[in-house]
Amino acid sequence: MSSPALRLSVDPALGPAGIAPGHVTGHGAGGPAPKRIIVGYGFWIFLLSDVIMFSAFFAAYAVLFKNTAGGPSAHELFDLHSTAVETAVLLASTFTCGMASLAVGHRNQKWTQIALLVTGLLGFVFIVLEIREFSSFVARGAGPSRSAFLSSFFTLVGCHGIHVSVALLWLGTMMAQFYAKGFRQDIRHRFLCFSLFWHALDIIWVAIFNLVYLVGSLPPELLP
Amino acid sequence: MLGKLSWQAVPFDQPIALAAGAFVVLVIVGALVWVAAKGYIPYLWREWITSVDHKRIGIMYCLLAAVMLVRGFIDALMMRSQQALAFHAAGYLPPEHYNQIFSAHGTIMIFFMAMPFVIGLMNFAMPLQLGVRDVAFPTLNSVSFWLTAAGALLVNLSLVVGEFARTGWLPYPPLSELTYSPGVGVDYYLWAIQISGVGTLMTGINMVTTVLKIRAPGMSYMRMPIFCWTTLASNLVIVAAFPILTATLAMLLLDRYVGFHFFTNEAGGNAMMFQNLIWAWGHPEVYILVLPAFGVFSEVVSTFSGKPLFDRRSMIVATLGICILSLCVWLHHFFTMGAGGDVNAVFGIASMIIAVPTGVKIYNWLFTMYGGRVRFSSAMLWSIGFMVTFVIGGMTGVLLASPVADFVLHNSLFLVAHFHNVIIGGVVFGVFAGYTYWFPKAFGFVLDERLGKAAFWCWFVGFYVTFVPLYVVGLEGMTRRMQRFDRPEWYPWMLVAEVGVLTILCGIVLQIAQLWVSIRQRAKRRDLTGDPWDGRSLEWSTTSPPPVFNFAVLPVVTSDEPYWSIKQEARARRHLVTAEPDYAPIEMPRNSPTGFVTAFFAVVTGFSLIWHIWWLVILGLIGAYVTFVAFAWRDHTEFEIPAEEVARIDRANRAARAAALAGEPVR
Repeated sequence: MSSPALRLSVDPALGPAGIAPGHVTGHGAGGPAPKRIIVGYGFWIFLLSDVIMFSAFFAAYAVLFKNTAGGPSAHELFDLHSTAVETAVLLASTFTCGMASLAVGHRNQKWTQIALLVTGLLGFVFIVLEIREFSSFVARGAGPSRSAFLSSFFTLVGCHGIHVSVALLWLGTMMAQFYAKGFRQDIRHRFLCFSLFWHALDIIWVAIFNLVYLVGSLPPELLP
Repeated sequence: MLGKLSWQAVPFDQPIALAAGAFVVLVIVGALVWVAAKGYIPYLWREWITSVDHKRIGIMYCLLAAVMLVRGFIDALMMRSQQALAFHAAGYLPPEHYNQIFSAHGTIMIFFMAMPFVIGLMNFAMPLQLGVRDVAFPTLNSVSFWLTAAGALLVNLSLVVGEFARTGWLPYPPLSELTYSPGVGVDYYLWAIQISGVGTLMTGINMVTTVLKIRAPGMSYMRMPIFCWTTLASNLVIVAAFPILTATLAMLLLDRYVGFHFFTNEAGGNAMMFQNLIWAWGHPEVYILVLPAFGVFSEVVSTFSGKPLFDRRSMIVATLGICILSLCVWLHHFFTMGAGGDVNAVFGIASMIIAVPTGVKIYNWLFTMYGGRVRFSSAMLWSIGFMVTFVIGGMTGVLLASPVADFVLHNSLFLVAHFHNVIIGGVVFGVFAGYTYWFPKAFGFVLDERLGKAAFWCWFVGFYVTFVPLYVVGLEGMTRRMQRFDRPEWYPWMLVAEVGVLTILCGIVLQIAQLWVSIRQRAKRRDLTGDPWDGRSLEWSTTSPPPVFNFAVLPVVTSDEPYWSIKQEARARRHLVTAEPDYAPIEMPRNSPTGFVTAFFAVVTGFSLIWHIWWLVILGLIGAYVTFVAFAWRDHTEFEIPAEEVARIDRANRAARAAALAGEPVR
């Protein structure tokens, strides 16, 4: 069709995307994707990379799990009650984050702010519970320097905690942006990324809850 | 107040380090003063430092890489000279300085030369080849670049303030633990790599999204140029591997800063875990580097042979095969760890299998040349030099992939010769081919071919003269990183290698001369048509240099080689095929200092972490957060280029192409 020396251009005889139906071969020939798709897609790729980073910490934890160097083991330390509360709080915050998404969809400032505030408060409670757990371990002489096992435990779980803390900062910024700028398109795109991030942290927590806390609480004779 | 920092950090007692540091400081200060005196600062700030244009960012990446190439090469020159002088003697470099130099050489060449160079080429060429106006996240792109530059700055700062790591380019524990490396050298390494690694990861995310989501209409996956395919593959590996690097170095940092026990000898730490983790990133890394180079060769060989690439499909399959296999072979870096015969066999075989897709590619290039009208330009010379050299490097690699042979050869100069054989022969020749090939597109004039060819021959001959001796002494049992030696049979080979490295030096001098001469003669070297090599993909359909928006109207792609097929049609008809399009205003992203400011705070934070200046760490982090919020708060993120301006630029392009077409002989 078009030409050289050459300016390739859209032929008016073609369809809206500038492509004659018969010319579309294979996949992905539809031209650039809309902005929302691009932003969301890019953020998904980031989340995947983040999951890979966590998997490196998970791997290190698995390798060092039995290297307690005479210090306390997971079975002796973990208290599933407190972890269950943490889990419940975090899962609830995912629900309220979903409510915030709905409110943003309806352009409802009041409910957006309320849902985000509740999400943030639940996230904050989660962090407080985690800090309490960590400090109780340290108080019992089971700080991260005690053994390789504890180093890897504090790093893995702490890395998730740092992620949640950063997400709380982001959440505050998000609330301020909605309040000051309204439901502008680019801010809604950012909120899409934020909610993806929040849910992803939940998924990682589910992995931590299962692989670290549940497995770790098993009596040693049940472990391979 | 200043943590561990004091005047003792400046190496007044080491004349070589001090002189080198002083020289670098002088050059930087001199350059800044010159720029300021000429009044260029506002121009640089407006057009380059705050630019979010993928072409400008790509050029800055390549410039950073070129400067770091010189820096890393000086280290290489010093090492070779030391070994040439160190037979039964102390040489001129004391051991602690020599150890810093081989560590800095590897670190700089991989992280701050090879990485920025391939990322620069991908940044520059990929969106143009896809027929679009920018990458997915332009401001993030600028942040990535400036974080890489921040890492490079920290590494070079260690010349003047403190010391660099003495632990090799990958800081194996327990040597790199606080007990055995109490100085700031390893910390410089760790923070520089962490900061630039974040930049690279963001580049990976950005480019994967760009290739998969932003292509010109009609550009289906199978129609993408091979360079875009290799860009995609390389960045997928970045996204898969760089997080592992970040996590691994974070563990070592925790060991060093707060007494954790990931890799220590005490309290159950496991040093071999570091090797596993670091090579789970490190082996994919070499494919991150070489895949884009493969893409460059595909473009160059096809263009200068005047033929479509032989069997694109197998090239794409081979590229993705390498992409996957690259993640499955890391254990071959430590066969001697004692993982057992079964594990070693699996990884040995996996490593050998990688040679298959790579071999497919070599045949693709050869068959592209076969029957073609090959033009031996300097870009083509780099490509042919690559094919010869890389095959040899690949074969020594297959040899090393056999665990039995590896037990004899690991940590010897044979290994050093092997990986230089693939990295110089593959990556360095590749980026030079790409630099020569796309230079006219970036700047609007072609590089001097005579000097370019002379530089190629110096590099090519110099490479063999340097590294063949290292293969020989490696087989004779010479280990790597020796500050002195006393085996007489190695000595002559060390002298030959010194001659080789001086030959490479001639090549580099010729390249600098080439750039200098070409800039001086730019008026008569102008590329008026935008298509100096008779190219085949879309980047050659726009002007050289391209306007900020790349394409006045997004091209519609209807074949594997969109620009070539259209050009052929125009040649047959003897006039431009398309009528002038309807020009519309174009929205482009506004410039932003976010990247530069973020990098500034990254340097402040990194530096104060290295020297334990804790209040400054907090200040740096707050600064970074404020930058982030300020960026998020912007109201106007785009500006509009009016339709008349677009029309003016594009009409000039069309006129130049029509004139070029009229001037061509009838075929």
